[in-house]
Amino acid sequence: MALPKYTEPHYRIWHYIYLTICGAVFFFLIAPLFVIFPLSFNAEEFLSFSDGMKSLDPDAFSLRWYKDMIYGTKNPWGLAAKNSFIIAIFATIGSVILGTVAALGLSSRHMPYKGLIMAVLISPMIVPLIISGVAIFFFMAKAGLAATHTGIVLAHIILGTPFVVITVTATLSGFDHSVTRAAASLGSDPVNTFMKITLPLILPGVISGGLFAFVTSFDEVVVVLFLAGLENTTIPIQMWTGLREQLSPTILAVATCLIILSTLILVTAELLRRRSERLRGINR
Amino acid sequence: MSSETKQILTTDGIPLEVSLKKAEKKNKIKAFLLVAPLLFFLIITYVFPIGDMLLRSIDDKMVTQMLPKTFKAMENWDGQELPDEEVFAAFHEDFIKLVEDKREGKLSTQLNYTKNGFKSIIKKLRRASKKFEEGNYKEQIMSVHKRWADVEYWRAIQRRAPEFTGQKYLKGMDMYVNEEGKIVSVEEDRRIHRVLWLRTLEIAFFVTVFCFLMAYPIAHLLATLPMKYSNLLMICVLLPFWTSLLVRTASWMILLQQQGIVNDFFVGIGLVTDDNRPEMMYNKTGSYVAMTQILLPFMVLPLYSVMKTISPSLMRAGKSLGGTPFVAFWKVYFPLTIPGIGAGCLLVFILAIGYYITPALVGGASGTLISNQIAFHMKSTLDWSFASAMGLMLLSGVLVIYWLYNKIVGIDNIKLG
Repeated sequence: MALPKYTEPHYRIWHYIYLTICGAVFFFLIAPLFVIFPLSFNAEEFLSFSDGMKSLDPDAFSLRWYKDMIYGTKNPWGLAAKNSFIIAIFATIGSVILGTVAALGLSSRHMPYKGLIMAVLISPMIVPLIISGVAIFFFMAKAGLAATHTGIVLAHIILGTPFVVITVTATLSGFDHSVTRAAASLGSDPVNTFMKITLPLILPGVISGGLFAFVTSFDEVVVVLFLAGLENTTIPIQMWTGLREQLSPTILAVATCLIILSTLILVTAELLRRRSERLRGINR
Repeated sequence: MSSETKQILTTDGIPLEVSLKKAEKKNKIKAFLLVAPLLFFLIITYVFPIGDMLLRSIDDKMVTQMLPKTFKAMENWDGQELPDEEVFAAFHEDFIKLVEDKREGKLSTQLNYTKNGFKSIIKKLRRASKKFEEGNYKEQIMSVHKRWADVEYWRAIQRRAPEFTGQKYLKGMDMYVNEEGKIVSVEEDRRIHRVLWLRTLEIAFFVTVFCFLMAYPIAHLLATLPMKYSNLLMICVLLPFWTSLLVRTASWMILLQQQGIVNDFFVGIGLVTDDNRPEMMYNKTGSYVAMTQILLPFMVLPLYSVMKTISPSLMRAGKSLGGTPFVAFWKVYFPLTIPGIGAGCLLVFILAIGYYITPALVGGASGTLISNQIAFHMKSTLDWSFASAMGLMLLSGVLVIYWLYNKIVGIDNIKLG
């Protein structure tokens, strides 16, 4: 953002102060994530930079914590990762189906009590997680689903659907309904119209809602803490226990993997968002 | 007659108005059927359980069900003097039944909540009741211990007669119903919950303020930079947003520990001496720093989306009309960003007020919030009705803010990413 040539000196100074502040805030936002990378390759069992690491001595770096994460005998990371992926995938599928169908109904201009129903559908996102956790735990305990995968998947569907509803309704807001009428006039039944016309057009919104649901489930710890038994342990639960008891570098190795995963998700989400904006003809 | 002639008929001979209404109704039902699966799923698994929390939080049936005959007999008792033989006999009958079911221990625990001193006299009564003779229970019970002859204790039992009670809510505010039936506060040094409520509000408020102060400049920068730079910088906001909460908390635990990088830096620039490193974790500072960084993207994104819509020519117009850049900013730009400020602040405040994980890990004893107390009662003391009561108190606060949010921004306008 270059300043015009005629800018007076004291505004010029202000401008540089402003840029410095912005730089500091960006640093504050992103820098903490990058502390984890080097420390996860620490050869020693400490969570601070050893002298060897500061002088970039190759012996000070090692992959031992990554080996420990994968092969460690006492480590539950394998089971936790398996559970996390299974739960997140099923929760995402459930959220996407329920959320997309509901969003289709909500975007119809015939929908009665739209505001009220929207408020109910969004509420799991607004209500503090701890309260959702307590409420869902009471339900699952009564239904006999506590400490089961099914229970956790259902809980994560509850928490994930608001994101799908929001993203898909947003995509549908720019949707031209005359194309579905055109399809109907050409003799297509509603299901066929949805699969062939509507879905491909709103797909970016559906997928990005699905990504939100996936991340919500994959990262969720409060509700799982109430629901999970030993068999249902997930990555967040293991990290939570690890961080509470003792911070071992193995956790940092896991954290590094998670950062890589979130980078992939971020890239996918960004690409989808741009595609969606292109499709909807929003040029910004 | 004239209305009939005006009526337009469809080809089937049905009045157009009726036919249209029918079609409208059909469309309404169609739309509702699409929403119905999710709506009913949420009502059953989520909305009802929250209602269940409400029932649990005011539920006080346990004693009511343990002493049904006693409370029935007590209906005619005015509570001034000792109850008469009828109440004592009913109490004896209930009590013998409880002893048979081995539930008298539970009764003593429950009654002890209401008034201290029930534990020992119920134990004594159990032993003595085996030798009781039929009739004249009043004399026999009163002779077991002098407290059984004290009207205060009978009043305490009577206070447990209602099936519902608000005492858990009072407890959440550090208040209780005393022996005269008045609502009073507990002693000053035992008011843990009020301290927690105030701290939760304080931390949520200041985290919101810090987030706002940090987010405003960078959102402005992101909105005004050319696309290719702003996209790059946007990653700095979005990557933390998509990264696991636990990972981000872990990185703060590494940074803020006493031998951590932040402290190393402070020692390095000579701000503190090496043997005098400040504690920045396991206290309020830890909660503030970590929560501000974690919630910052939730402030930046709404501000950005509003600022993006403000045309730069407005600022230029302000300046060309004689305003200095500061005046132009304050009078033109800032008022236009208020919807974004409202959205961001409310969102961050709502999230901060219910925060649990981060304060529990970096907050220590002085940085924990009301959520941590709820989790503690859910998992450790197992006082679920108290956890429910506090959860609902928190929820009602959040709903007020949510309602405000809806008024100001509208829930349909929530944008993600």
